[in-house]
Amino acid sequence: MPAEQPRPFLEMRRIVKRFPGVLALDGVDLDVRPGEVHVLLGENGAGKSTLIKILSGVHLPDGGEILIEGSPALIRRPRDAQALGISTIYQEFNLVPDMTVAENVFLGREPLSSRRLGLVDRRALLRRTREHLDELKLDIPAGAVVRRLGIAQQQMVEIAKALSLQSRLIVMDEPTAVLSAREIDRLFGVIRQLRQRGVAIVYISHRLDEVKVLGDRATVLRDGAKVRTVSVADTPVEELIRLMVGRELGEKFPKVEVAIGEEVLRAEGLTRRGILHGVSLRLRRGEILGIAGLVGSRRTELARALFGADPLDSGRIVLRGKPARIDRPGRAIEERMALVPEDRKQHGILSSMSVKENVTLGSIGAFSRGGFLDLAREKRHAREYATSLRIATPDLDRRVLYLSGGNQQKVVIAKGLSSRADIFLFDEPTRGIDVGAKVEVYRLMIELVQRGAAILMISSELPELLGMSDRILVMREGRVSGEFTRGEATEEAILDCALRGDAPVAGAREAPPP
Amino acid sequence: MTEAYLQESQAPPRGHPVLRVLGKIGMPAVVVMLAVFFGAMNPNFWSVRNLSNVSRQISILSLISLGQTFAILSAGIDLSVGSLIALVSVVCAQAMLSFGVAGGILAGILAGCAAGLVNGVVIAKARVPAFIATLGMLVAARGVALTLSGGLPIAGLPRSFLVIGAGYLGPLPFPTLIAAVAFVAAHLVLTRTVFGRYVYAMGSNEEAAILSGVDVPRYKILVYVVSGLFAGIAGVVLTSRVVSGQPTLGEVQELYAIAAVVIGGGKITGGVGGVGKTLLGVLVLGILGNGLNLIQVSSYVQNIVIGAIIVVAVYVDLARERRR
Repeated sequence: MPAEQPRPFLEMRRIVKRFPGVLALDGVDLDVRPGEVHVLLGENGAGKSTLIKILSGVHLPDGGEILIEGSPALIRRPRDAQALGISTIYQEFNLVPDMTVAENVFLGREPLSSRRLGLVDRRALLRRTREHLDELKLDIPAGAVVRRLGIAQQQMVEIAKALSLQSRLIVMDEPTAVLSAREIDRLFGVIRQLRQRGVAIVYISHRLDEVKVLGDRATVLRDGAKVRTVSVADTPVEELIRLMVGRELGEKFPKVEVAIGEEVLRAEGLTRRGILHGVSLRLRRGEILGIAGLVGSRRTELARALFGADPLDSGRIVLRGKPARIDRPGRAIEERMALVPEDRKQHGILSSMSVKENVTLGSIGAFSRGGFLDLAREKRHAREYATSLRIATPDLDRRVLYLSGGNQQKVVIAKGLSSRADIFLFDEPTRGIDVGAKVEVYRLMIELVQRGAAILMISSELPELLGMSDRILVMREGRVSGEFTRGEATEEAILDCALRGDAPVAGAREAPPP
Repeated sequence: MTEAYLQESQAPPRGHPVLRVLGKIGMPAVVVMLAVFFGAMNPNFWSVRNLSNVSRQISILSLISLGQTFAILSAGIDLSVGSLIALVSVVCAQAMLSFGVAGGILAGILAGCAAGLVNGVVIAKARVPAFIATLGMLVAARGVALTLSGGLPIAGLPRSFLVIGAGYLGPLPFPTLIAAVAFVAAHLVLTRTVFGRYVYAMGSNEEAAILSGVDVPRYKILVYVVSGLFAGIAGVVLTSRVVSGQPTLGEVQELYAIAAVVIGGGKITGGVGGVGKTLLGVLVLGILGNGLNLIQVSSYVQNIVIGAIIVVAVYVDLARERRR
């Protein structure tokens, strides 16, 4: 932490941002000083991304003000942020893969040899790029095609580009998520250089060990509000975790404990190179098994692998006591499994099709004779599910496009139900739906297990996991890093396990070493 | 909660007022307006003879547009249908000289299906984009037709075969009847069968369709076989019309087939459309071509008008989409 306290380069005051149905940021303050590494901490959905998107001009705030060196600034689009000396390096890089390093660094600002003809001065382009790379002591050829560079080098090109823009503040969103240990060391070296030159860094990371090594101050966000800004050196990791979580289980979960029956699904050593590393789990009748983990901990990939949507390199799946070969989703559905995907719009609904057609898509074979549909019977069937799930739609022929998010989610669930599934894989089942609809989804899950179904529920909302699960597995980097029973699970313990993965927990089934 | 589904429809109307009106009355009204206009300009338009001619002229376009409807609905495209007509024509004529009328017809239709199968496998299994795969077939099938025929028409087809293209049932030409039957069959397949439902599902959201258990590669292949089948029927009918196997038939017809689908309101990105809409598109193109001839607009100028209509029709449709 710097000895004196210079005037902040950036001050964000009482920033408010609303999305339909959600208050994403509720009066958040953030100040960042020159030459400081300022860490943003918070659980998934705490508002970190929204805050940096406002800072970089992707979102417009609904309230609050932004000051740059004490004077009010208007950031209406990414170009404004750039002009104010703010650059953002996202997890997905903004580089054109088939252009050279130099062309990328000066994209849109190419030095010209003839302004009238718009001719690019290639020599100046390469020379000036080399200057920026040298400043960072980087050994990357300015003429190299970006596609041929490794991830870490591409990240460095992004940083060089930020420097060439005379950036005074660089936002880095989980920059180490994709790097190896050695690459992380190099990145930290570069960040320290930037700090010495007075560049401010806003650093988002879930890895608290990194935060301790690199951070000067940390601002903790929770549920769209600022909890506190602390000095990293003076705050133990446990305290940081407590600040991130520190919330009562205020929401209501209609949890009913159901007698747990026999095992219906067992996964043994599921492995997909570079993604899943020997994941094993068991799921029993009447049980809700929660899967916790951070973004990128490969929970969705686990669900997709179980459902046959992605191929496995090794491992096996046992369904109701018999080994099963699930090599495509059609097989999973025949085995009475259902997947309610995380990304409803991309993977769940068929938006240009009707409610009826969506509901029956997975079970359409049941309403056909010789390939021809019995439309009346199909409609009765669809109505049954639409009614029992209380899908709010004027009629069954309404395109799903026109339903609200909560109702769309119910349509996706109805699609799973209608194929008579009794093993459900719910991936973020309540994401993006309002509180009322959430409770309905919870009730439905309870009804399902009461009828003897088994549910695997991936969720990034810890209260939901704790409120609904009988057992919770924690994933970290494609491995199961811990297991908790309903009684022993706490938010702190789960988050700790998801973040650090080294918490020994009773009953934990550690993945075998790869 | 009951208000939830109303949100979207309360969005304020957008787009130019004229377009909004056009969008509201829709394509059926445009067809009627065109017919009334040309009828007023030239009373011959309404003669039985002329209408029967129009219906025969558009029968070939109708058939390949039906195949195109399947391809576009599934979020694909079939650029090869024009060339397939030529391939089918040559195969049909050559086989007919050796194996008789039935053998020729069968061989022609099978050739269409086989080419469609190749398209489908390349698209679904090798994952070559439909545009590229069928573009390759467009060039190659024409090449096969020219190679088989040596570039020359194949004449000497049996008289009994010519009735397909030239015969009448009452005032209705046979090609018209064949196209009508094809329309009904395609409509039933798309609305009443599992396959039809899957065609829409693949076009609406392929990823969601896969996760719903649809065996997408298999049905994608079937889509292009169906398109090849319709091209096969079209090729046989046209061969009979021109009384010979010809390797130069069907040029740029694939583009008119695509135009018919989208003018009718089919979405080029898939999932939205249908046989009824395609019929409207075919009628617009058919009536325009015939009507402009009747009022003696040169064929050069006709191209300009039709080109403009294609773009305007899609623009109106998009304006209508945004308004919703």
